[in-house]
Amino acid sequence: MSLFTAIRETYTGFKSLLTGMRITGREAMRPVITVQYPRETLPMPARFRGHIKLVLDPETGRPRCTACTLCAKACPSGCIELDGIKREGDKKKSVSRYELDFTKCSLCGSCVEVCPSEAIDFSKDYNVVSLSRDTFAQMDLYAKVEAEAADWARLHPPPAVAEASADASTAAAPAVANPAATGRATP
Amino acid sequence: MTTFLSLEPIRVLLYLVGICAFVGGNAAYLVLAERKGAGRIQRRPGPNEAGWAGVLQPLADGLKLLAKQVLVPPGSDSLLYRIAPLMVMAPPLMCLVTIPFGDTVVARNLDIGLLFVFAFGSINVMALMLGGWASRNKYSIMSSARVVSQNVAYEIPMLLVVITLLMMTGTMDLQEITAQQSGGFWNWNIIRGIWDFKAGHIGANLLMPVTFVIFFTCMLAETNRAPFDMAEAESELVAGAFTEYGGMGFGVFFMAEYANIVVGCSVATVLFFGGWQSPVGFLSGGLWGVGWFLLKAYALIFTVIWVRWTFPRTQFYNLLNLSWKILIPVSLFTLMLTGVLIKVPQWLHHLR
Repeated sequence: MSLFTAIRETYTGFKSLLTGMRITGREAMRPVITVQYPRETLPMPARFRGHIKLVLDPETGRPRCTACTLCAKACPSGCIELDGIKREGDKKKSVSRYELDFTKCSLCGSCVEVCPSEAIDFSKDYNVVSLSRDTFAQMDLYAKVEAEAADWARLHPPPAVAEASADASTAAAPAVANPAATGRATP
Repeated sequence: MTTFLSLEPIRVLLYLVGICAFVGGNAAYLVLAERKGAGRIQRRPGPNEAGWAGVLQPLADGLKLLAKQVLVPPGSDSLLYRIAPLMVMAPPLMCLVTIPFGDTVVARNLDIGLLFVFAFGSINVMALMLGGWASRNKYSIMSSARVVSQNVAYEIPMLLVVITLLMMTGTMDLQEITAQQSGGFWNWNIIRGIWDFKAGHIGANLLMPVTFVIFFTCMLAETNRAPFDMAEAESELVAGAFTEYGGMGFGVFFMAEYANIVVGCSVATVLFFGGWQSPVGFLSGGLWGVGWFLLKAYALIFTVIWVRWTFPRTQFYNLLNLSWKILIPVSLFTLMLTGVLIKVPQWLHHLR
């Protein structure tokens, strides 16, 4: 190796070191991207697949599920069990019990795909944890959706009786929904 | 009050306490600065739970280390094993005695200050070697061997660089070296080597920036810092010479590493960046001087941290190749160049 090659190699090597320093220096100036987890969380992406959940109809405040049991039939692991009843004033059946065995579920999404009324969706829950197996072996999705329905009912209080009689068509839906939402103790 | 402070025993005691506090505080908070710096470079916040933005983290670490038992492994040389942490901490403390922090702030200004610093700086290696040897652990002994061969290799270019500077300054007195660089940043040795503005002629060492890079590289290697931290190569040797140390024994080794960085950067500041001299020519007396000195030294210390989190660890033969094939020839060349640039003008002057 001639002297000039040696000098040139040393020079280019040193320059590459400075380039590295420049890169780390630049990164140090950029903002911190750590999410302080228990205090901050990232929004889950739209296609994230958590355990399934029952979808609330945003207009009536009731679960969309009609208890047709197609999801239970479509499930390859047989992890869905549900019952439906015909409630007073309703034309169709609606769900009254919905249990998911999440220990068997492989999140394949067949139930979501097969549902004719788009009543099942993937939830965005990822930090589910429990000390008991039953929490996952018998996941009570109906209780969860009823809790959501109760929240919905609180946010949408029934209009006053005078208004209800004045406009029967819009008042009809909440008037039916709310007794059912509060009366979920009765099967 | 002033007469009381100027009493010799009081003065010595104050400097002793001051130096210990300086070293301890630096060791504690440079660890935090290092972790914060590493975090920022990797776009993390670094330690941020203990106190506001993690300012109490060193306290928590220190208490944890103090609470741990110092175990002496069976079969080890227990005397040497216990002495090694003391020996690793003493040299940087000794070196700080002669570092001029300001025009009057120096514990003891020696006329051989530079020699003193390098003589004690080298003992650090001995301590690491002893610690590794006494541990009776294969990793520690390998680390000891590495430390010795690395330091033998890097002591040479470092001292050659220092000789180059000595030829230029003509003195080993650190205060005198600082005083020569007064009047602004263009009079600092790193620029004075290229063109001497005070005398108005060409400087003594045209390759002064290269000389500084060699000095800085050697300083990294001598203090066992990444990318030259072969002694503590955790992916190969667990923790090298400190493998068997726990509690404050390890803590002292860790503190000594930072104390050595502080000493190395202080010496670099004095030798190349004008010590406590102001970069603008005024505001250089008293506490201003101390401020300038600390500013320059911490800028260098920050660079050391920056280097550590930029470069991966070198391989051992590359480390030795760098020293023997590049740094030593280049520093020999600068030494020769300095000799020529000092002697030839004198000779020409005689001819006239």
